Amino acid sequence: MAAFVVRRILVNIVVFILIGIGVFLLVRAAPGDPVRMMIRPEDLQEGSEGFIQARRAELGLDDPVLVQYGRWFLDAVTGDLGSSFISREPVSGLLLERLGPTVLLMSTALGIALLIAIPLGTIAAVRRNTGVDYAAAALSLGVISVPSFFLGIVAIYLFSLQLGWLPSSGMSTPGGGGGADILEHLIMPAAILGLAAAGPLTRYVRGSLIDELSADYVRTAEAKGGSPVRVVGRHALRNSLIPLITIVMINIPQMLAGAVVLEQVFAWPGMGQLAVRAVNTQDYPVIVGFALYVAALVLICNLLADLAYAVVDPRVKVT
Amino acid sequence: MTQSEPLLEVDDLAVEFRTDEGVVKAVDGASFTVDRGEIVGVVGESGSGKSVTAMSILGLVKSGRRAGGTIRFRGRDLGALPAKELRSIRGGEIAMIFQDPMTALNPVVTIGRQIVEALRLHDKKLAKGAARDRAIELLALVGMPDAAARFRQYPHEFSGGMRQRAMIAMAIANGPSLLIADEPTTALDVTIQAQVLDLLKVAQQETQAATLLITHDLGVVAELADRVVVMYAGRVVEQGDVITVFTEPRHPYTVGLLESLPRLDRDVDELHPIPGSPPSLLAPPPGCPFHPRCPLARDRCRTERPPLRAVGAAHHSACHFAEELAAVVPTEVTR
Ligand SMILES: Nc1ncnc2c1ncn2[C@@H]1O[C@H](COP(=O)(O)OP(=O)(O)O)[C@@H](O)[C@H]1O
Ligand code: SF4
Ligand SMILES: [Mg+2]
Repeated sequence: MAAFVVRRILVNIVVFILIGIGVFLLVRAAPGDPVRMMIRPEDLQEGSEGFIQARRAELGLDDPVLVQYGRWFLDAVTGDLGSSFISREPVSGLLLERLGPTVLLMSTALGIALLIAIPLGTIAAVRRNTGVDYAAAALSLGVISVPSFFLGIVAIYLFSLQLGWLPSSGMSTPGGGGGADILEHLIMPAAILGLAAAGPLTRYVRGSLIDELSADYVRTAEAKGGSPVRVVGRHALRNSLIPLITIVMINIPQMLAGAVVLEQVFAWPGMGQLAVRAVNTQDYPVIVGFALYVAALVLICNLLADLAYAVVDPRVKVT
Repeated sequence: MTQSEPLLEVDDLAVEFRTDEGVVKAVDGASFTVDRGEIVGVVGESGSGKSVTAMSILGLVKSGRRAGGTIRFRGRDLGALPAKELRSIRGGEIAMIFQDPMTALNPVVTIGRQIVEALRLHDKKLAKGAARDRAIELLALVGMPDAAARFRQYPHEFSGGMRQRAMIAMAIANGPSLLIADEPTTALDVTIQAQVLDLLKVAQQETQAATLLITHDLGVVAELADRVVVMYAGRVVEQGDVITVFTEPRHPYTVGLLESLPRLDRDVDELHPIPGSPPSLLAPPPGCPFHPRCPLARDRCRTERPPLRAVGAAHHSACHFAEELAAVVPTEVTR
């Protein structure tokens, strides 16, 4: 087990380095100039050209790309991902402080998605080709087809503006705070993100459970005298949920993309919001840092998934 | 309940499957009985409806439809029982052993827990510890070395033969009075088959359970069974005492099966497989379903369906001309 984790971490380090190189080169290959982006067009006067040159030199942007990369890499291995071009704050600090809200949003959404998908998919599988199944299919298709930013705007209009039940933006009320306050802010974005993920997961649970229900061991459980609830819950569902671990992992990057969008809509102070601003201003260090954080998140999730397999499926041995 | 009443009485059972190509009449009027404590062999080519018949007894045919007939167990119509009562019979008074032990056990549950589950489903008051002890006892009884350690292992840690032993332990856990074994050795290595059959015999003696032993191996029937039921195209074509059926078969299909057996006193090139193949169950031929392959077939066979009728003491055949076989069948067919 320990050897497995160590080996995976070593592989992941290589992946990290490659992602770093890729994103580093990509952002610099994109058209536009981060220094010009800092200056409002109306402030762009004759004399500002000198300032721009000075700032470019200060940021090292005039050096060959490989030199820039080498410099960045040597800092990065010590944990220093550089500073934002705009705020001049260290990138690691900026991202770390926003990692929590994003992880909170995503894990709540994932929990909601599973709480919807597992029961709904199970009912759809057991009562397949009945009204319940068709309703579940329509719902799944519905939440996949409606863009989440649209759902977000509708929800804000309904629950914040019209009904006044929930706050429309941010993560906590200024001056207020506390768990309940954060929860109130969390409900809408997490529910919408969770709903979008619940669609495909419900379909998956349904399909995989239908496969398991025709398995021989299910018939054995029935032949033993097990009740339908027991046969489905203790036997078929247990087996069908094991591969769900993979499906959830595959969906994480997509959920992250959804989170980036919803963080904008709900002004949720997460990494997504930071990243969008960084892309808009061509804030290279923040973009590269964001990419590395996302990669770390995905790689850690994958590692956890592999370990989870070893725990829930006795046939899997990690060595 | 009178002594003469059979333990299990399958009467005119019919089971259909709706498929894209049409309705498959998998079982089409099968009748037979099983008495207390006896071993009844069910033989027939693959696809003759043996498994569907066996599965119907416990109501385990999911996609199929019962198109007719009754199944009585101790005089009770199993098809008319409320779901809860049927469940108490499943794995209780009637237990099943399936063909493929590789897939018949839940891969993510330990062998021990699967046996404990069988025990506790039928004895709600049985404490966990006691169930565990009983399960280990059962594993030891079916010849599992180091039963206590095996109790904690998962199916993939067992060989095929050991898994089938575990299946048998699970089946006899609640002291059934009827054991249904659907080709219990077909999926196993030849070397293991004899061991598992021996074990089945031991289990049968231990529990005194009547056993419905489904197989396509006449040799197994000869060795283990008291009586034999021969199925063809979803029907029972002959049933009777094993010695009687083997020495005085009264159905041309049975004669064909016996002649296709490899025997020590005959050269291999003298094997006589039955020419032709079983009929499509989508559109079974009218009259006797065996007529396209039957050497004795004549006009009547093509139009009139032969009923299963007595042709001797406790010996039944579904052939219009069963009596002619008394003259035709040479003594060569004897064991
Ligand atoms: N679920 C099913 N759907 C459609 N046809 C089936 C199904 N199960 C069995 N059959 C058909 O019923 C017939 C009898 O099958 P079975 O009882 O398994 O035969 P046996 O056990 O004698 O080999 C076969 O022709 C088979 O194709
Ligand atoms: S009824 Fe006719 S076709 Fe059928 S087995 Fe008897 S002789 Fe053959
Ligand atoms: Mg079969």
